[in-house]
Amino acid sequence: MKYAEEFRDPKAAKALLARIAELTDEIGATKEKPVYIMEICGGHTHAIFRYGLDKLTPEGVEFIHGPGCPVCVLPMARVDECVEIAERPEVIFTTFGDAMRVPGQKKSLMQAKAAGADIRMVYSPLDALELARRNPDREVVFFGLGFETTTPSTALSIQQAARENLTNFSVFCNHITVPPPIKALLDDPHMMLDGFVGPGHVSMVIGTHPYDFIAEDYGKPIVVAGFEPLDLLQSVMMVLEQIRDGRAEVENQYARVVPEHGNPVSIAAIEDVYEMRPSFEWRGLGEIDHSGLKIREKYRAFDAEEKFGIGYAAGQRSVQEPEGCACGAVMTGRLKPTGCPQFGKGCTPEMPLGALMVSSEGACAAYYQYGGARAAEAAE
Amino acid sequence: MCLGIPGQIVKITDETRLMALADVSGVKREVNIAPVLTGAIEALIGKWALIHVGFAMAIIDEDEAAATLKALHDLGETQEAHEAMAAGDRALEAGA
Repeated sequence: MKYAEEFRDPKAAKALLARIAELTDEIGATKEKPVYIMEICGGHTHAIFRYGLDKLTPEGVEFIHGPGCPVCVLPMARVDECVEIAERPEVIFTTFGDAMRVPGQKKSLMQAKAAGADIRMVYSPLDALELARRNPDREVVFFGLGFETTTPSTALSIQQAARENLTNFSVFCNHITVPPPIKALLDDPHMMLDGFVGPGHVSMVIGTHPYDFIAEDYGKPIVVAGFEPLDLLQSVMMVLEQIRDGRAEVENQYARVVPEHGNPVSIAAIEDVYEMRPSFEWRGLGEIDHSGLKIREKYRAFDAEEKFGIGYAAGQRSVQEPEGCACGAVMTGRLKPTGCPQFGKGCTPEMPLGALMVSSEGACAAYYQYGGARAAEAAE
Repeated sequence: MCLGIPGQIVKITDETRLMALADVSGVKREVNIAPVLTGAIEALIGKWALIHVGFAMAIIDEDEAAATLKALHDLGETQEAHEAMAAGDRALEAGA
């Protein structure tokens, strides 16, 4: 219970953990036959490791770390395309810092920058817009990356660029959506998931109804959760209660931030600017139908794919993952991070081979960062 | 990048572009308030919002803001957000 002392309300944490233990017994889940709960969001993965929730909960509850870390599911080919755009002399390439160290086939954006490309880390696509205003003789490209949490920001920025008639601003759109990979995982006959902890901030944008299919079509419970450790424990408890009762519902533990119907302004901007691609490639998961967004025809002047003839506009170019990298198996829950032969050897947060080691939200980086300390403590 | 961070809206800076100054754990940053604008723009002053990559995405109360900041601080996300904001400021000058 050492970690529970760190909680804002240790008493509440202990009560929730006791309730989770009772429910696990009532369900009859054991170490040999656990209930598998997937936390979809990479932020939740990070929080689970940070607070040691996987160790505090009973052995009969096993967390499977979902695909909700956008840099982790970014295929190498897309990084190569970023580098290709960034190396054009007229281009200022802007990106969230998270994407800088993701390995490409030849180099990462960080390495391309070191080699002389004008690549700049920004906090917001609004920074890229400002760069375009200040540098009318340069082409400013923003790397649009992320799930529904960041999609509104690029949609609203493109709308703003259109209002200002900026001709030197474009977005290299690689936005992806949360529900399709969940459906793909549920369709995988090898996947043994019993329930889900749903993403908090994605749901703040899209609301809770996009998850209805999980309960209605697949009969699995899902609880949208906040990021505090107590939120996560309460959500796990709610998932277990549904399992015990034989219910499958979409519940909202994070209603204080997540409205049932999401954020209307953001949803309208996304619908105005983007349309669904027929399919999109995910690292480790392959091509998934209707899972990635493309900039609509009416905003094609702001579409870097159109402007530079690159990416999905130029046809598929799938690239093999690096030899020995087991990111795909880890991401689908078939392998624990520590089961990868490269873990902590050929692949570390300082020198990542695979994308799951790059971001603090990636399962491998979380294992690496917190796993060692926990193992040492267990040995005490 | 994916987690929002609470900030308090302190001033409207551009009514046309819907920009406001927010105080994010002591760092002042201009953010877009379009997603949370439901009434008079001035009514947002003093309110707490969850801010994602420069956009206020949800209005939250002060207690929620404090609790979220604590959780984000534990995860190292507050520092990460501050570093990203500083990087954004540098990007506007670098190579210019």
